[in-house]
Amino acid sequence: MTDKAVADLSFEDAMKELEVVVGQLESGDVPLDQSIKLYERGAALKEHCQKKLAEAEEKVAKITLSSDGTPTGTEAVDLG
Amino acid sequence: MDLFDDTPGDNTPEFSVSEIAGTVKKLIEAELGWVRVRGEVGRVVLARSGHMYFDLKDDKSVLSCMTWKGQVAGLAMHPEEGMEVIVEGKMTASGFQSKFGLNAQRIAIAGEGALMAMLEKRKKKLGAEGLFDESAKRPLPYLPEIIGVVTSLQGAVIRDILHRLRDRFPRKVLIWPVAVQGEACAPEVTRAIQGFNALTPGGALPRPDLLIVARGGGSIEDLWGFNEENVARAAAASAIPLISAVGHETDTTLIDFVSDKRAPTPTAAAEMAVPVRLDLIAGLDAWEARLSRAVSRGIEDRRQKHAALVRVLPRADALLADPNQRFDRIAELLPRALKQMTQAKGSALMQTVTGLRPGVLRARIDREGERISDRHARLSIGLKRSVERKRQELEGTAARLRPGRLGDETRRQRDALSRLSPRLDAVFTTRLKGLSDRLAALERTRMTLGYQATLARGFAVVREGDTLITGAKAAENATSIEIEFADGRVSLDGKKGA
Repeated sequence: MTDKAVADLSFEDAMKELEVVVGQLESGDVPLDQSIKLYERGAALKEHCQKKLAEAEEKVAKITLSSDGTPTGTEAVDLG
Repeated sequence: MDLFDDTPGDNTPEFSVSEIAGTVKKLIEAELGWVRVRGEVGRVVLARSGHMYFDLKDDKSVLSCMTWKGQVAGLAMHPEEGMEVIVEGKMTASGFQSKFGLNAQRIAIAGEGALMAMLEKRKKKLGAEGLFDESAKRPLPYLPEIIGVVTSLQGAVIRDILHRLRDRFPRKVLIWPVAVQGEACAPEVTRAIQGFNALTPGGALPRPDLLIVARGGGSIEDLWGFNEENVARAAAASAIPLISAVGHETDTTLIDFVSDKRAPTPTAAAEMAVPVRLDLIAGLDAWEARLSRAVSRGIEDRRQKHAALVRVLPRADALLADPNQRFDRIAELLPRALKQMTQAKGSALMQTVTGLRPGVLRARIDREGERISDRHARLSIGLKRSVERKRQELEGTAARLRPGRLGDETRRQRDALSRLSPRLDAVFTTRLKGLSDRLAALERTRMTLGYQATLARGFAVVREGDTLITGAKAAENATSIEIEFADGRVSLDGKKGA
């Protein structure tokens, strides 16, 4: 169990840690007070993952380029 | 002037060198103008000035080609020695050097075979540099936040990618528009890959965490831009993981070898880029369920274990009931037992004490005294009886003892002795006579063997003291001589003659 703040984790890392937490709890040889901590961590990880999954927003933009080919900004595109 | 009048061709107009050179140049440019020439590239020189000079040749001839500085950047590819190319440009001549040549403005690889050969050569070169190594490939992020797509805004490719992304997991997409064929393709794609890498994460223009370089299917010439070395190098150097999806499944371009993942189609690239959101949600729900189940089962297990332990643990009073009862019983018995014992001992004492009187003691003394005098009386009688018996036995034995018997025995022994005595005398006398006879015989023998008998026959024994003289020499040296004859000894003193 890492001590890294849940909010800083990527979706993948949070998911992996959640799997580890569940695995530890399922193994059943964790002391009770630690199992409660693990559960809390697991719940936080799950919330985090859920948030990441909720952030499923499609936003398509294209890079605008100056005449010499350097990027200047973005411009929304709608390609249907 | 007249001197030359009759020489043939004297009416031929006369040119200056520059005039003839200019005429040749005009003729060539007018007649040939824009040409396409196929040939093998010979020596290539890129001059300091920025102009490029190279030879184009076949088995018989060589054509000098040049591309001016401003035109070099416009070339789709740079000629390399040994390449089979088609060069397009204007034929021209230079009066300065009396030389004609081709101002090459477009260069293209000649034919598919030549293109493939060149591609193989490049593959070998980049492969040898380790650009294709598995260890050089970066893993794709599991769920990228921003996906950078390098492709054309026209055509189905970008639509396919966006559709598939929307189906799976809608994301932020940044498109860097590029030409996907023709001469502009390679430089633009190179710049786009480098440009995306140059962005800062979280900046005004956010840096993508995954790149897709995509193009639809086409001929090898159409796809050629993705075979260019600079494109491949930019893709290999990209710090952002990169998926290549160029052409159809069967088309393989150089960028496919250096990309971190090769997708057979643009749609497949989108599938590699993101997981399916609904699957993740379902998966996350499953994990959450397992989490809750695991923790509640952990608690339930402990509760059950506790209950089970409580069941087996006996109550304290139940545990003590039996010992308590035993204690009570014994405690009850204790004073009674003590009283009983005291009584028992008391009565035993009383019995002893009541029996203990002087009369009893005297009676016992009397009894014992009687026993002793009784024993004493019996002892005297016994002793008397025993002595009497022994005397009777002695008398019996003495009566049997008779002196006559002893006299008989003595007589018998004396007779035996008188019979043996004469025999002993006779034996002894006989034996003595035998021994004296033997002695006389031995003396006779000794007398014959001794020297005295010899003396009787006239021999003598000569001695000096006790020593025998056996020769004349010893007799001469002797101081005194004694001669023994059979009838006596004669001594002679001193030496005879001296």
